Amino acid sequence: MTIQTTQAPETGVAIANSLTAGRLPKSAPWTILVAAIAVSASVFAVVSFGSGVGYNWGGALFIGALLYIPAIWLFSTLVEGRRRAMDRLVTALVTGAFLLAMIPLVSLGITVVSLGAARFDADFFSMSMRNVTGEGGGIVHAIVGTLLMTGAAAVISIPIGLMTSIYLVEYGRGRLARGVTFLVDVMTGIPSIVAGLFAYSLFAIFLGPGTRTGIAGAVALSLLMIPVVVRSSEEMLRLVPNELREAAFALGVPKWLTIVKVVLPTSIAGITTGIMLSIARVIGETAPLLIAAGFTASVNYNLFDGRMQSLPVFVYTQYANQGNPPQAYLDRAWAAALTLILIVMVLNLIARLVARFFAPKFGR
Amino acid sequence: MTSAPAPIKAKLRIGDLVFSRSAVFAGSMILVTLAAVAIFLIVQSIPAVVASSEDASILKTNFWDYVGPLVFGTVWAAALALLVALPISIGIALFISHYAPRRLASVLGYVVDLLAAVPSVVFGLWGIGVFAPALVDAYAWLNENLGWIPLFSGTPSATGRTILTAALVLAVMVLPIMTAICREVFLQTPVLHEEAALALGATRWEMIRTAVLPFGRSGIISASVLGLGRALGETMAVAMVLSASPVITFQLLTSVNPNTIAANIALSFPEAYGLNVNVLIATGLILFVVTFAVNAFARWIVSRRKEFSGAN
Repeated sequence: MTIQTTQAPETGVAIANSLTAGRLPKSAPWTILVAAIAVSASVFAVVSFGSGVGYNWGGALFIGALLYIPAIWLFSTLVEGRRRAMDRLVTALVTGAFLLAMIPLVSLGITVVSLGAARFDADFFSMSMRNVTGEGGGIVHAIVGTLLMTGAAAVISIPIGLMTSIYLVEYGRGRLARGVTFLVDVMTGIPSIVAGLFAYSLFAIFLGPGTRTGIAGAVALSLLMIPVVVRSSEEMLRLVPNELREAAFALGVPKWLTIVKVVLPTSIAGITTGIMLSIARVIGETAPLLIAAGFTASVNYNLFDGRMQSLPVFVYTQYANQGNPPQAYLDRAWAAALTLILIVMVLNLIARLVARFFAPKFGR
Repeated sequence: MTSAPAPIKAKLRIGDLVFSRSAVFAGSMILVTLAAVAIFLIVQSIPAVVASSEDASILKTNFWDYVGPLVFGTVWAAALALLVALPISIGIALFISHYAPRRLASVLGYVVDLLAAVPSVVFGLWGIGVFAPALVDAYAWLNENLGWIPLFSGTPSATGRTILTAALVLAVMVLPIMTAICREVFLQTPVLHEEAALALGATRWEMIRTAVLPFGRSGIISASVLGLGRALGETMAVAMVLSASPVITFQLLTSVNPNTIAANIALSFPEAYGLNVNVLIATGLILFVVTFAVNAFARWIVSRRKEFSGAN
């Protein structure tokens, strides 16, 4: 097979390259984007000058990006034809969808950090809200409550979740296994507030109506945590190669020892990651704790007696029951939100690091 | 005739027995727990369903009149959220799976997942502090210019705390899960299908339209149903953002909005007493039944897909 290459004539007269003719040059999309933003920026400048209100940078960028979509379609239709124009239009739309989703994320991050910084000080992490009205106060009671309730939820859910996943992978046959798989999937979608209502009515029936304790909150959280633990551990256990199990069986190792000594150690990194992610998920739950554990201003170390505050509920109550001056309450709410987000992010980060560095190395 | 050899039997070990029994026990705990959720909620709900306004101060007439607007608000807000989130999540999923540079793709996927890590109460705080005020002008403009459409009629809210704002916040919150599922399915499209389409001269969009989207259709459906389930049950963001009253209205921009079941429970439960508690639990039972049905439907679609497709 030979390839014919056309030699450029020595006279220097440019001849049309048939492969690039009828296509927009590579720089065209960027040029059009800049032009669109420039047009929208100047329109905004005129409006802002005429009406005397401040210049709206965000609006200018947004409208400019919006203007780019029909512009690129128009130019592409003129030069490249209908089909390529459609392709470019979809490319612009798809990229736009991604950028659109980034707007709330960026805005939320900036807001939480800038507003949360106002009260992110030593007092905030060394005081509770006991006898505090107005300014001052802190989140010690909320942190204690969050740690205790999430810890208790983890103590309940990790054994049940892990054993369930072992059942599904190693023992599960027939209708029970299929039913459990289905129900775990459905359980993932239980609204968190329903979990709270369940925990409340469970303890209300046995301990009388109106009971709100830390352990009820922990039960509600574990209801949300178990399906996540099962799902992730099941996936990790299924990744363990069958050859490892068969090798252990061939050496005469009993099945339960094979699971404990071979299967679990192989998949422990993935399981840890899954458990940490599930903790990160429930640590931010507000509604079930609001219902089942209530809220309080004092530190409470006893899971089985009295109401217990938690970080997300603290954020909500500070916002919902604003006193005087309201700014102090809002500042506390934002600072607690910042703390909460930091905790969730750190948990996520550690989970991913564990997954990356402790994963078993297969093959070479 | 020789007698058949005795069947080989594994030695029964006590450790094996204990371990397998506890595994089965843990598995059955899931069944027991879900049954317990249903039973406890039903037991607590029965007094509320037959209650009248004399028994429970929260009721105006009877239970069904109370729950009607709430059910409407829940479905309306979730449907609006889905309407906004579905095209955007398909777009993001396509961007990550087929448009973004390969090296960036996993990082971008992680960035979208970050949205899922934000607790809902923080979304609520952001919605009311930043998002709702930012939308007031846009709502006024919509009302002025498109007010002839019944959806945008009425007096626009001065605070921006409308059902549309709540639905938009919900849309942001269900985006990550819908994107994750769509992305998974789009990535599973047989490469041969894609390459065949490109080899026939299709542009990238034509390749996606003819190879990727048909393959991912059931994934898109299950993603939207799962997103719907999330949006139906989401509590705190709606409770904080929406300024609600017990009405049924389709108007999106006014300050008179229907509440959702979950948000109503969160707002009323801390102060509830006596039979009012049972009324709220009964609304929670309705929410539980609806989300259970929606999720079961989604899983059914996913499992059906597993059986009948694959790289065919």
